[in-house]
Order: sequence, then C-alpha cells, then structure tokens
Amino acid sequence: MMGRFSNPVLLKELKLRFRAFKSFSGLMFYLAVLCIFVAGFLLIYTQFSGTGFFRPSDSFTMFAVLSVLQMGLVMFITPGLTAGAISTEREKQTLNILLTTTQSSTQIIVGKLLSSVVFLVLMLVAGLPLYSLVFLFGGVSPSQFITIFLFYLVTLIAIGSIGIMFSTITKRTIVSMIATYGAMIFLAGITAFFFFVGVSMEQMQAQTGNVQNLTPFSPITYFWASINPGALMITMLYPDMSNALESIVGISLPIWIVYLIFYMLITVICLFIATRKLRANMKTNR
Amino acid sequence: MMVDIQGLTKKYGSFTALDNLTLSLDEGVVFGFVGANGAGKSTTFSILATLLSPTSGDAFINGKSVVKEPKEVRKLIGYMPDFFGVYDQLKADEYLDFYGASYGLSHAERQVLIPQLLELVNLSHKRYEYVDLLSRGMKQRLCLARSLIHDPKVLILDEPASGLDPRARVEMRDILKHLKSMGKTILISSHILPELAEMCDEIGVIDNGKLIAHGNVATIQQQLQGDKRIIVKVIDQIERARQFFEEDPLISSIELEDTNSLAFNYRGSTDDQVQLLRKALLADLPIYALREEEKDLEDVFMAITKGADVV
Repeated sequence: MMGRFSNPVLLKELKLRFRAFKSFSGLMFYLAVLCIFVAGFLLIYTQFSGTGFFRPSDSFTMFAVLSVLQMGLVMFITPGLTAGAISTEREKQTLNILLTTTQSSTQIIVGKLLSSVVFLVLMLVAGLPLYSLVFLFGGVSPSQFITIFLFYLVTLIAIGSIGIMFSTITKRTIVSMIATYGAMIFLAGITAFFFFVGVSMEQMQAQTGNVQNLTPFSPITYFWASINPGALMITMLYPDMSNALESIVGISLPIWIVYLIFYMLITVICLFIATRKLRANMKTNR
Repeated sequence: MMVDIQGLTKKYGSFTALDNLTLSLDEGVVFGFVGANGAGKSTTFSILATLLSPTSGDAFINGKSVVKEPKEVRKLIGYMPDFFGVYDQLKADEYLDFYGASYGLSHAERQVLIPQLLELVNLSHKRYEYVDLLSRGMKQRLCLARSLIHDPKVLILDEPASGLDPRARVEMRDILKHLKSMGKTILISSHILPELAEMCDEIGVIDNGKLIAHGNVATIQQQLQGDKRIIVKVIDQIERARQFFEEDPLISSIELEDTNSLAFNYRGSTDDQVQLLRKALLADLPIYALREEEKDLEDVFMAITKGADVV
C-alpha cells in the first residue's frame, strides 16, 4: 500500500535537499529577515506610542506587513528552488539514467515539484513562531491566518509548476531561471501595471463623459487585478478593498475565485507540459 | 531472439545518424559495437534504452517494442551511458537504493540486493561512502551495479571503460566476463578493440550510421582483411629483391623497412603466394624469412575510420 504512493524522486530530493548546506543557510536567511523585521517593527511601534504599549491594531498592521513580506520571500525563493529541478539533472548528466527507469514522467515531475513545495512549506512553518507574536497581541483571527497560508500554498505550487515546466523545456538552468522569474514578475508586477492602466483609462473616459465605452474595459481590468497576488492579499487583509475593487470594475465576483481557478489552471497546464516534454525525444512519452 | 533491430533509421534534419540498421542477437550473446565517434553507436543505444525515438524502423527487446512498449522495455534493460553523473550527496548504498526504488523494488528486496551488487563490482568497502568521493573507476562500477539493480536481461553499456586507467579497465573487463557467465545479453561499445575481441561473441562495425560488418571476431577480421601485407627478410641483396618483387603484378606499395627487410601489399591467393616464393628462390634471392603481417581489430578499426570500402 505504501509502495503505491511512494515516490522515489521525492524521497531522494528531500534527502539531498536537507543534506545541502544551502538549504539550511537559505532557511536561516529567511528566518533572519523575518526576525529583524518583527524586532524592528515592535521596537519602532513601542517607541512611537510613547507608552510602550502595543495595540491590537498595531498587531494587525504587523501581521499584514509580515504576510506581504513573507509572500515576497516565497515568490523570490520558489523559482530558485524549482527552475533547476530538471535542467540540473540534465546538466549533471543524471537525467538520462533516471528516464530509463520504470518511473513515469508524471511521477518524476510530481516528485520534483513536491520536494520543492515541502521545503517551502517548511520555511513557512519555521516562521510560525514569529507569526504567533501576532496572536499574543491580538487583532487577527485564526481564519484570516489560515486563509493567508492557503493563499501562499496555491501561489507557490503554481509558481513552482511554472519553474518545473521551464526547467523541462529549456536545456540550461540559467535560461529556465530567467524565464521563471520573468513569469513571476509578470504575475506580480505587470498585471498590477495593466490593472492601473485599465483603471486610469476608465477614469479618463468617465471624466470625458464617454461612459458607453466603459464596460469592455472592466472585465479585463478586473481580470488583471484577480490574478495579481498582491491584489488578492490586500483584499484578504482588508475586505473593504474587495468592495472598492468591485465598484471600480463593476463585477461582484470575489477575486479569490478567479485567482484560485487561474492559478490551478496554470498549475495543471504547466505540469501537463512538463510531463509531456520530459521524454521529448520519445514519441509515446511513457 | 533477445535483441531484434529492424531497419532502424534516425535522422536529424538532413543528417542521417542511423541508416536502416538491422541486427539480431540471441540471448546470452555479448555483442561489441565498433565504430568511430559519430558513427551511430550511441544513437543506436539511446534508441534501445528508450531515450530516443527512431525516425523509422523499430527494435525489440525480448519481443517488446522500444517504440510502442517503452515501459516494458525499461524493465528488461540496464543502461549505462557513455557520460553520466552521480548524485554527489548520496552514499553508494543510497544511490543503489534510489534506483532500486525507481524500478519498483520493495525495501526488503533492495536491502538484499544492494550488498550483493556492491560485492559483484568490488565496492563493498565503499558502501557508506559518499559517491562524489569515489574514483572514476569506482563510479563506473557503481553505475554498472546500478544498471543491474532490477536484474535486467539485456545490458546496454556505452563505452563503459572510457576514461579509465589500465587497472580499472581490467577490473571492468573482469566484471563484464562475470556478467557474461551469468547469461546476460550484453551490448557494449568501445574503442578498446582488443578488449572487445577478448570478451565479445559477436562484433558489429558501424560507419556513418550503417552496419558494415557483423559476425564473430574471426569473421570480421577476415571480412575486413583486404590486401595482405607481407614482410620479406633478405641477406645483403635488398635492392635486387625489391626489383624482383616490383615486377610481380600482384604486388604493390613496396617499402624498404631496413637494410635487410622490405614489406609489400599482396593481393594474390595463398597458391599465388607459394608460386611467388618458389620464383624468388629459383632467382637465387637469399631470402631467410617471409611472413604475413596479421591485422588485429585495431587495424580493422583504423581501416574503417579512414573510410575503407569493406563488405
């Protein structure tokens, strides 16, 4: 029973990853950044309040900023962990041997992705003691906290899948790395830019009185906001922002639904392509 | 028939890497694949190892098609590429354990097999060493053990002795002889032709993607022999001997080797050779030795790579 679910690539990758010094140094760097931030935040807020108190509203601000910071770190680290998953095997000349084993392409790709996801989840879990400070001071509900972590999970799996796909279809890790970071910048930055461009155009049209042309822009503008991780995070932290966004674009569908569908779709498509292209030189790809 | 290659062709654009290769090997045969770099050996092995699809044709391992049933074929073959890497941060036994698991072997099976395989390749003492600390020869042997982990019927070894020092080559050769005695069908490519001659039952010679000769070692040598090279030793009268042999229409490329001997190519039969010697003795040439230079596989290989038209 256990054998059916065991994935040799996953187990091997975990073993290699946790033996590598860079994994521990990466984790240490990640926690150090969070520690410095939390310590600095507490110091600044207690100093500025004059009383030495830390109010629940300050605690929520810390949670919000910490979440955004953690999201940034996750988005920065995920491509680095996944974009070399297959191309490194190719460069080290271990891929051909792996492909002559009886493991399926799906098993290999999923094993590679899960090993990266597990490490990233470990990073998130390792940061929990720092998050727990938020609960110490109050102002944040556990459901909000869980929602944010689910959001991380969906996002990192999708970015990880993009990294694995590029790693499979490109021959060199550096190319795969650039492509994955490029995709991530598009999702996190360019979509925000498009959103603001869309909103600006709508506002300009509204000001000139050309209201009948407003509708065609709205779904696209809404879409750019929906697939932007930053926008979703803001609406999760501040639900009022979600209402504001709805009024701007005129669509009442919560953006997290579009986000979830879009990122799940990305995950499925990328993993499908990676699986198909892993044995690209074989017609049957089994 | 354990290996049956039928009209295998592989093209990369206008370049034909493999041209209608047809070859059959029985179970237990050790087959040596000979050819210059880029002749098509590795392409053939990659197709057999299910890493590459042929443009046309097919190959069957124990009746399973490499094109249509690659997963079944992978159970039957153990593949060792010419260049390979290892996972540096795994120990030797973990390395084998990973591949054992990759072939679907249970933990219990792997625990029994790993010490046996390490023993087979003389690496028992390195069982708990990290792979990156092993020498090149040891890594080659570990890779060979890896290719045996699922007890394949056919071993495909692409230049297994390349880059090894003479001692490591001898060790590798001994292991391969042992595998041969176990009844494995082994396909091996190498440039170290005398070694191939020693351990192979059959040899295939490939050039520009075409199989130009196939048979046992003696047959191949005979097939590719071409003109005989004869060396004659004469006392004092070397110039007179040269003039005498130059007159024979079956002789070409006469060269003086030193003051007492000369060599020439002879395309006559053995009977012609007898007549030639008789004529030389009647002409009172002081010949004290005449011998035919034997061509080994190395010469055959050199002839092929020069583009000699054989078969």
